[in-house]
Amino acid sequence: MQRIELDPDLAAAAATVEGWVHSTETGGAADGPGIRYVVFLSGCPLRCQFCHNPDTWHQTDGRLTTAADVLLDIARYQGFLHHGHGGVTLSGGEPLAQPTFTAALLHGCKSLGLHTALDTSGFAGRKVHAELLADVDLVLLDIKAFSEDSYHALTGAPLQPTLDFAELLAELKKPVWLRYVLVPGLTDRIDEIGALAAFAARLGNVERVDVLPFHKLGEHKWVGSERPYRLAEVAPPSDELLAQVRAIFRTQGLFTT
Amino acid sequence: MNTMTRIGLRAHAWQGFADGNWQQRVDVRDFIQKNYTPYSGDASFLAGASERTLALWHKLQVLLKEEHAKGVLDVSADRASSITAHDPGYIDRDNEIIVGLQTDAPLKRAIMPNGGLRMVQNGLTSYGFTINPQISEIWSRYRKSHNHGVFDVYSPDIMRARKSAIITGLPDAYGRGRIIGDYRRVALYGIDFLREDKKREFHELDEREFSEEIIRQREELTDQWHALDDLKQMAAKYGFDISLPAQNAREAVQWTYFAYLAAIKEQNGAAMSLGRVATFLDIYMQRDLDAGLIDESDAQELIDDLVIKLRIVRFLRTPEYDQLFSGDPTWVTEAIGGMGEDGRTLVTKNSFRFLHTLSNLGPAPEPNMTVLWSQDLPEGFKKFCADTSIRTSSLQYESDDLMRQFWGDDYAIACCVSAMRVGKQMQFFGARANLAKTLLYALNGGRDELSGDQVGPALAPIGGEVLDYDEVIARLEPMMAWLAGVYVKALNSIHYMHDKYCYERIEMALHDRDVLRTMACGIAGLSVVADSLSAIRYARVQPIRDESGLIRDFAIEGDYPAFGNDDDRVDSIASWLVETFMNYIRQQKPYRGALPTQSVLTITSNVVYGKKTGNTPDGRKKGDPFAPGANPMHGRDHKGALASMASVAKLPYKDALDGISYTFTIVPSALGGTESDRVDNLAGLLDGYFDQGGHHINVNVFDREMLLHAMDHPELYPQLTVRVSGYAVNFVRLSREQQLDVVNRTFHSAQ
Repeated sequence: MQRIELDPDLAAAAATVEGWVHSTETGGAADGPGIRYVVFLSGCPLRCQFCHNPDTWHQTDGRLTTAADVLLDIARYQGFLHHGHGGVTLSGGEPLAQPTFTAALLHGCKSLGLHTALDTSGFAGRKVHAELLADVDLVLLDIKAFSEDSYHALTGAPLQPTLDFAELLAELKKPVWLRYVLVPGLTDRIDEIGALAAFAARLGNVERVDVLPFHKLGEHKWVGSERPYRLAEVAPPSDELLAQVRAIFRTQGLFTT
Repeated sequence: MNTMTRIGLRAHAWQGFADGNWQQRVDVRDFIQKNYTPYSGDASFLAGASERTLALWHKLQVLLKEEHAKGVLDVSADRASSITAHDPGYIDRDNEIIVGLQTDAPLKRAIMPNGGLRMVQNGLTSYGFTINPQISEIWSRYRKSHNHGVFDVYSPDIMRARKSAIITGLPDAYGRGRIIGDYRRVALYGIDFLREDKKREFHELDEREFSEEIIRQREELTDQWHALDDLKQMAAKYGFDISLPAQNAREAVQWTYFAYLAAIKEQNGAAMSLGRVATFLDIYMQRDLDAGLIDESDAQELIDDLVIKLRIVRFLRTPEYDQLFSGDPTWVTEAIGGMGEDGRTLVTKNSFRFLHTLSNLGPAPEPNMTVLWSQDLPEGFKKFCADTSIRTSSLQYESDDLMRQFWGDDYAIACCVSAMRVGKQMQFFGARANLAKTLLYALNGGRDELSGDQVGPALAPIGGEVLDYDEVIARLEPMMAWLAGVYVKALNSIHYMHDKYCYERIEMALHDRDVLRTMACGIAGLSVVADSLSAIRYARVQPIRDESGLIRDFAIEGDYPAFGNDDDRVDSIASWLVETFMNYIRQQKPYRGALPTQSVLTITSNVVYGKKTGNTPDGRKKGDPFAPGANPMHGRDHKGALASMASVAKLPYKDALDGISYTFTIVPSALGGTESDRVDNLAGLLDGYFDQGGHHINVNVFDREMLLHAMDHPELYPQLTVRVSGYAVNFVRLSREQQLDVVNRTFHSAQ
């Protein structure tokens, strides 16, 4: 069995960094390349109507742990992650809502020799530290909508920081997989999608676009949340619509799934 | 034919092959090693099914449909089957390129009373057939059967253990199976060479002291060469002279199949593996391809036709048997791929062709295709396997890197997970003991938790309001020791009688005389017991007793670490259970000097075992199924696929040399967003799992919704294949209970 202990200095440093983790998933393959260990951090500033993890909105939805504990568990799966050409994805919640913890996890993963992916809405804009980003191999950037109005209506937050963050990543030439959740009646405005595709193509660092059809598998998690679930009547997008939207990204020369 | 001509013809058949020891004595491995062509490319060379193949397959579909409706299409109830009992049978004589059926018509089942007359009679009655009264008379008045012999010697403790189902599925009323003849020998050498070799083995013993063992060996060797004579005669009825080696690819496939056919005409074994023929046959195909005698589609056609034959292997069994093992299993297991001891891959183009039949003919549980996985397999083959799994859910994988250390590079898989050197090793199949019930017996002082009967030894039942871990272990160990004793007594009785009354003469004719025998015990309910002990240790478990003092239920307070989350606190308990029970088995004295082994495997019997087991301290309710094989309990592995795999991979193979079965189910989207991502990720998962020390894995890739739909609309899913512990089944042929068990399993999915 290939099991590598944490470097003692790293372990000592990581032991002092605390953070909130909702759950972990060993063996994810939907969040970045290859087989991945996914850490779902709890706490998110956004309140997206289509959120499929509303049980991770508050930090206290998770449990308080240390970066060292999480890294030790990740280290158990090094062999798997190596063979699976994968790595670690930090997701949530919103990992950038806990920047110190996230930075410690990313740094630890890099010193374990693992590929890192950061799944974020980009809400922190240009405030994200360069040292943190230096330990990120790939950003899974969720752009929920592409006009201030619709973005705000959907998430309760402004769009501009996300665009700033995208520009920052482009300047750093950091690889990005753009993720766009397609919700009929909510995020299916063709003109807006066209503008997003043009923006993404202009950035030059978007390697892939995942158009994710809205699903209701997270609906049960809304029970007991602070808000009502407003999409109960919305059906998943048709295959035609999905194909049409993917084609918009493709015409901009973007690899799209 | 004189000797010179014979040698000349043999040399002709072997023309173009590299010389080696294999020409002087029976040594198929040597022949393979000196002559095969490893293939490291991708699947692009493969050919589709020919029109002839498809026509034949479609013709069979009609009969299969009819069989599905009736349960059993037809039975040859007039005669006891043997290698030569039936006239030739065909599906469509003019359109078959590989011929031979078990009886004189497709899907017409044979009866084999040597295994047990009762099984035959029950099987016939259940499906509305009547036995020839002469056969009843012969096997009740003049000829003893295996089943009869076993019950003549069983002791009361064995009978009680059997009745309470703490030991279940014993091959005491039917053929034990799990013996793999080296069917390749017939193609490589022809019957005459093999018969001479058996004579040589016989006469080597002429001067030995005639002990019981030597006399028995001599009698068996005589039976073996008579079986070879019968095989030759059977082939002659189909118009083939197999006294000499096969001359070309078609003959090699045909000769090999005839040898296997002889075995399934005479033995209704629990599992009748084919062995490891793909790479062997590839040598003949490559020779013919190189000579321009055949092209790729001819080569594929031969394998397609062979696989059609393997898909219609049938045995007459009782509905109870089929209920235990889901549908109509035959375990025609073919081991594919692997690496050679010299570091070259044993993957050939024919490894691809076998898997490709799942595309050409559609998915199917049989033959039970088993990929021997190694980190070093060529990437092209890994991807083709992963792709085939994703499309068909019809493959299982076993760690060649692990097994090669124990069994070399020419082993095959008996049944589901049991490795054995081909032609050099056989096993005494031992079904399995119910470990969960054993724990309950330990708590209840040997009384059965359902009936209240005293089945095990009357040790002191556990007292107190809360179960104490150390006290439980102190009671569990002697109960395991008792169980191991009764269990091996039963197995010794069974295999003594099977050798005596239902000897596998043709399969053993295709073995060396001096074989390694293993006594293959097994356990069921591993994760139930591991979780129960974990609950007792880490949570608070209160036994609930009835008025007679019998513990019937448990109240559990608090959480406990469950097996399947890569948590050493409980995973170490699971490993300890495997090791400890194996050590108790090792203390027994197995029949015929066999090496004791065990498996952690259930097929689908986890449902029936669960049905016969009361409430357990892990919170599992009376009657609920166990997890299959070595799987974590349904829904308790919540840390994702890798953690689940890591827990199972910790179980020690050295203490479960008969195999550790793990069934893995994942929804397609959780494997990745694109087709090529899914293929790469599945191959990566397999590399990772086996690198951790995993032994076996069944891979299912589908959504729960599809299974639910198939339950309601079976007619739309005639070929839907699902891997269960160590085996694949046709989903629509499962009982509703078994279907629900599959549906309720953990499906690994993205959050």
